[in-house]
Amino acid sequence: MSALIEGLFNGISIGSVLLIAALGLAIVFGLMGVINLAHGELMMLGAYTTYVVQNVFKPWGEPWFSFYILVAIPIAFMVAAIAGLVLERGVIRFLYGRPLETLLATWGVSLILRQLVRSVNWLLAICIAVFCLLFFGGMTWLSRHPDWERIRNWVIAILLPLSTAIAVVTGFLISKMPVLTKAWFSARNVDVTAPSWLRGGVKVLDFQMPYARLFIIVLTIICLIAVYWFLNRSTWGLKIRAVTQNRAMSSCLGIPTAKVDALTFAIGSGLAGVAGCAVSLLGSVGPNTGQNYIVDTFMVVVVGGVGNLFGTIFAGLGIGIVNYLIGSGTLALMLSYTESLKPLVDVLLFFATSSMAKVMVFALIIGFLQVKPAGLFPQKGRTAEL
Amino acid sequence: MNVREEIIKKNKRRKQLIETAIVIGLVIVFAVILPVVLPGFRLRLLGRILALSIVALGIDLIWGYTGLLSLGHGIFFALGGYALAMHLKLQLPDGQLPEFFTLYGVKELPWFWYPFDSFPVTIIALIVIPGIAAGLLGYLVFRNRIKGVYFSIITQAALLVFFNFFNGQQKLINGTNGLKTDTETIFGILASSDSAQKTFYIITVIAVVVVYYFCRWLTSGRFGRLLIAIRDDETRVRFSGYDPTGYKVLVFAISGAIAGIAGALYTVQTGIITPKFMEVPFSIEMVIWVAVGGRATLIGAIIGTLLVRLAQTFLSESFPEVWLFFQGALFLIVVTVLPNGIVGWWRDFAWNKLSYVLGLRKRITTYASLEENPEVRQEREELEMRDR
Repeated sequence: MSALIEGLFNGISIGSVLLIAALGLAIVFGLMGVINLAHGELMMLGAYTTYVVQNVFKPWGEPWFSFYILVAIPIAFMVAAIAGLVLERGVIRFLYGRPLETLLATWGVSLILRQLVRSVNWLLAICIAVFCLLFFGGMTWLSRHPDWERIRNWVIAILLPLSTAIAVVTGFLISKMPVLTKAWFSARNVDVTAPSWLRGGVKVLDFQMPYARLFIIVLTIICLIAVYWFLNRSTWGLKIRAVTQNRAMSSCLGIPTAKVDALTFAIGSGLAGVAGCAVSLLGSVGPNTGQNYIVDTFMVVVVGGVGNLFGTIFAGLGIGIVNYLIGSGTLALMLSYTESLKPLVDVLLFFATSSMAKVMVFALIIGFLQVKPAGLFPQKGRTAEL
Repeated sequence: MNVREEIIKKNKRRKQLIETAIVIGLVIVFAVILPVVLPGFRLRLLGRILALSIVALGIDLIWGYTGLLSLGHGIFFALGGYALAMHLKLQLPDGQLPEFFTLYGVKELPWFWYPFDSFPVTIIALIVIPGIAAGLLGYLVFRNRIKGVYFSIITQAALLVFFNFFNGQQKLINGTNGLKTDTETIFGILASSDSAQKTFYIITVIAVVVVYYFCRWLTSGRFGRLLIAIRDDETRVRFSGYDPTGYKVLVFAISGAIAGIAGALYTVQTGIITPKFMEVPFSIEMVIWVAVGGRATLIGAIIGTLLVRLAQTFLSESFPEVWLFFQGALFLIVVTVLPNGIVGWWRDFAWNKLSYVLGLRKRITTYASLEENPEVRQEREELEMRDR
């Protein structure tokens, strides 16, 4: 019995990580039909933000250090949201209606972000800042020109190479200083130390419930409530739901769909940042952290269906629990008392490692899609084309 | 009437002749001249890239023509590779097992290894097994009308699942370590020897040409037109009385089989196959080769693979850090600025400009379809004759 409760608890805790990561993805996918392959990297940004905040708080000592995580969460949200906003304004907005191309473009962004975290240093940051200042500053300044529409392409053609060249030259000039060329994070993993009140755990029956896991579950619940409240009780939430249901009609009724898209994308990305903050409590954080979660998160979205928060919740928790019960061998253990189920137990034992459990879960998902191809709660109506 | 048909036929025949001449020329360059000029390890590299261009052809078939973006072609690629590697591993005296089995205390060959003892069965298997795997996955997905992004991420998940499976099964297929082919013999010749490698290279060149013409044949006829129709408007195809599911499953299976061939050729020229071939980034890279070259142009798939892989070799040899930035930028640029790839850009834009500048063609003031169509021209001449 206690094995079952332990299994359920661990499953729920895995599921809540999946859920918090999938939440932002599901909202964005529901609204724009865009799968963001850089979602994992936004999580990674959140995790690194937590690491930075922790390092800022460290010299202040106790009791301040105990509460860094509470500061890190909103900052991680903001950092990831801003990154998401830049991504949406800079790339994705040009690709609406072409979901497959968006998929590839976001993969490109995810590659760049991964390498950026590895090799970012003051030098690179200064170069990027110089470039942005020159290019975007120049564009904004010249956009007041009366003939702007006509000269726009020429301006880009001149400004882009010019500001790139100046940035590169600046980089070469200051590259002699060793302080500037030291990588901030490097390719090694960094560790986030949980504050003292998150270490240890509470003993229930005969197993330990780690506080960090409980904290993640609580965080997930808070995020869910916040998202639910935002979508169902606020004006912008109403607009988001309207655009999700029927984009053309909403646009006709005066809802600024471009703003809604940008806002939703920023919020979805921000949730990824919070998820990254949560993930950083579970283990060390590296440039590839996001990749470990991303495929499972997609499966949550596929099983949950779009446009319904409950689908995502059920799917996240369900996949987490099933994954754990199979992977830890708990299910095999429970069934092994019944003699007649021997062959089934053998099969389950074959899949009783965490990587093999994924094989089994995938098979189950494919099976599930044979029954409900549009997920748990499919959208109703004529426009519900995938 | 007769004259017109003759003109069209003549044009067509001339185009075909030019094309055949170009293909023969390229084959001579690649198969005869380059093996003499290039040093052994560069040739091996080129052979690997050519093998990859075969899988790009397969992806072009499903993505460029049918509009299905598969992010899981690594599965079929690796299945083909494993099939051939298993055959090479079994080139042992009777009663002996491949050496890695003893490490895990396996006394008897797992059952599925037996068929790979014979060479013909292996050759058939490395085409058929990936084909069946692709067909099965395709059937289970397309049957429910799952398409678009959903299909892409399901193939990606399938890829991860296969990776986990092959990675975890030490006792069946040596898990993470993979199967090494360089130290094995094929027909009594060491697989890493120069003569064997040269043979593999020639076979790869031939395979590229054969697969290219096979895809050409497939996409030029009725079947090809249906694929394009499915890409452009699947619902309408369904309403016109066709069942797209069967066609999609078939083309996905064919694409998988092509990937299997590519995987086998790649494996013997790399010298090893590991589950790494089924990692997520590699399969997405395959897609970008096609995108760079130009979707729905078969030659584009080959050109794209050659360009990107050569750039990768060059960049990651000299500046390994830059390569990921470059690759990321490549994804962004191809998607936003060059949606039709290099070949598409050449065909739609650069070629026209160039031919005006060189004076090969008159500047068109209305539409190419009006001014350059031989039928229209013929009609216009006839009208002018009558007017006089």
